[in-house]
Amino acid sequence: MTALLALDDVVKDYASEAGTFRALHGISLTVEKGEFLSIMGPSGSGKSTLMNIIGCLDTPTTGTYRFEGTDTATLSETALAKLRNAGIGFIFQQFNLLPRLSALANVALPMVYSGVGRADRDARAQALLASVGIGEKPKSRPSQLSGGQQQRVAVARSLANDPQLLLADEPTGALDTKTGVEVLALFRALNEEKRVTVVIVTHDPEVARATNRVVRIQDGRVFYDGPPTEAALYGHVEATA
Amino acid sequence: MIATMLAEAWSALIANRLRSTLTMLGMIIGVAAVILMLAIGGGVQKQVADSISGLGSNMLIVTAGSGRSGGIFGGAGTGATLRIDDADSIAKLDNVVAAAPSTSVPAQAVAGPANWATQVTGSTPAYFQVNEWTAADGRIFTDREERAGARVAVMGQTTADKLFGANDPLGQMVRIKGISFTIIGLLAKRGQGFGGQDRDDVIVVPLTTALRLLQGNFFRRSIRTIAVSVASAEALEPVTDDINTLLRRKHRLRPGDQDDFQVANLTAITDTLTTTTKAISLLLAAIGSISLVVGGIGIMNIMLVSVTERTREIGIRMAIGASRAAVRLQFLLEALMLSLIGCGIGVAVGTGLAMLAGGAIGFDTKVTAFAVTIAFAVSASIGIFFGWWPATRAAKLSPIEALRS
Repeated sequence: MTALLALDDVVKDYASEAGTFRALHGISLTVEKGEFLSIMGPSGSGKSTLMNIIGCLDTPTTGTYRFEGTDTATLSETALAKLRNAGIGFIFQQFNLLPRLSALANVALPMVYSGVGRADRDARAQALLASVGIGEKPKSRPSQLSGGQQQRVAVARSLANDPQLLLADEPTGALDTKTGVEVLALFRALNEEKRVTVVIVTHDPEVARATNRVVRIQDGRVFYDGPPTEAALYGHVEATA
Repeated sequence: MIATMLAEAWSALIANRLRSTLTMLGMIIGVAAVILMLAIGGGVQKQVADSISGLGSNMLIVTAGSGRSGGIFGGAGTGATLRIDDADSIAKLDNVVAAAPSTSVPAQAVAGPANWATQVTGSTPAYFQVNEWTAADGRIFTDREERAGARVAVMGQTTADKLFGANDPLGQMVRIKGISFTIIGLLAKRGQGFGGQDRDDVIVVPLTTALRLLQGNFFRRSIRTIAVSVASAEALEPVTDDINTLLRRKHRLRPGDQDDFQVANLTAITDTLTTTTKAISLLLAAIGSISLVVGGIGIMNIMLVSVTERTREIGIRMAIGASRAAVRLQFLLEALMLSLIGCGIGVAVGTGLAMLAGGAIGFDTKVTAFAVTIAFAVSASIGIFFGWWPATRAAKLSPIEALRS
């Protein structure tokens, strides 16, 4: 079976005034369908760069990244946009909902870009809102919702086109502990019930603890890849890779 | 998809009502200016066209050929070659509205103690139609009076003034060459002609009467001129040719014989004035267009600001799958919508102003469908043209950078 994500010796360089800065030093990582994993690392470790590459927002300088077996380097910008639209669901720390649009319209937005008709779109968006537990507030603007509710809208939006991958960047970072736990439980349920692959990028050991596999990044390299042991979560581990 | 994007563009404009309104203001002023200028230009053109037709723009003058006494040519109109039935035949030609045969003699008019030397014209009621001349007071004579040779006269205002001063000339008698005429009408004032002559210094009597009583024997059945009113300016040329053919046949002229008549028109004057007024209209439209372009630049500025402000939104949209083309389309639609709504309001404002201006300066300032169509077409082009750069800037944003902002 083809792995959902396969990164092979991925290097990412950034040009800066001081010269070239290497953010990723050859990362190899395979994620199978249905996995529930977290990518950990302190700020500056390169985990954001890695997330951007996994999310097809950025491309590797060298090395290959295959999504469901397709080398993303062979895809046009439009094809990458299509992949982000239908294959990947993004969830951000700051929710990143469009403030002008209602909760329903926010959830329906990815379906606008995939060409779903208005009636189907609204029906599905309503169903998704209900499935994340805020079906009774479709007309609310993001500013009228609490942080937890906004993140639920964001999760519903990420599911709009039935993606294979949910990619969450510090999804609980802007939430209180209790709400954070609820959102993580929502990811767990989606992973177990719908077999959606979930990748959470975080620096929070408590978040990583909720996942099945932890990948620690340090200085642009994979430092640890394995189960969420206490040592792994708190960084007291020998390098495994 | 387009419908959704239109709805989104609309909601984006609504969300920034003040800014959208201010942006549209440029468009509104520009379009209103163009509409107003075109309307005034059209009004000027129509005004000038009316004035020219008052001088007889769609008019042909057929004059009799030269009379000849031995080797001496008398000049145009001195011959006895035009006859009343020539006018009847011309009146039946295609595109001829009316043909008025007329003859004219200088005469001393006497009314009571006053007398005045003037031009006495004999013609038919068609004369007034061709010259677009009406009675300001009383009436002009009828066909029946004309045929019967009635001794009635209508008088220009200068003549009336000279003969009657402040008194009402209607119903009074005037003696011309010893014959008494009853004055039945006072003509509307016309002012000076191109040559500076006073066109209100005239007495018009029925042609039959003039031929019978005022004109010398030699000319009894012949007339000096036939004024022909033609349906349109375009028909002037063909009608001129038709009249030439008709009169040559009627006068039994052989090929090679010289015409015993001339056909003249006033198109040279008309052409000059038309060119002038067209230039005025163009100038006015150009002034309006400048404000339209300024309005377009306003849209571009605001759209650029909008793109900068909404960088994060663009990043989010790209992350959830908007292609660059979709982002570009979104901003283009917003610019287009701004310009078209601005145009709609501008047309309304311009039309209102044109009506006000028309009332104020007494011009017929009509807003034409053509002007409105042009305004919308230009506005749409401006929206696309000036929206393109901001939209492209939005589309070129890197999603990562945009999300980080």
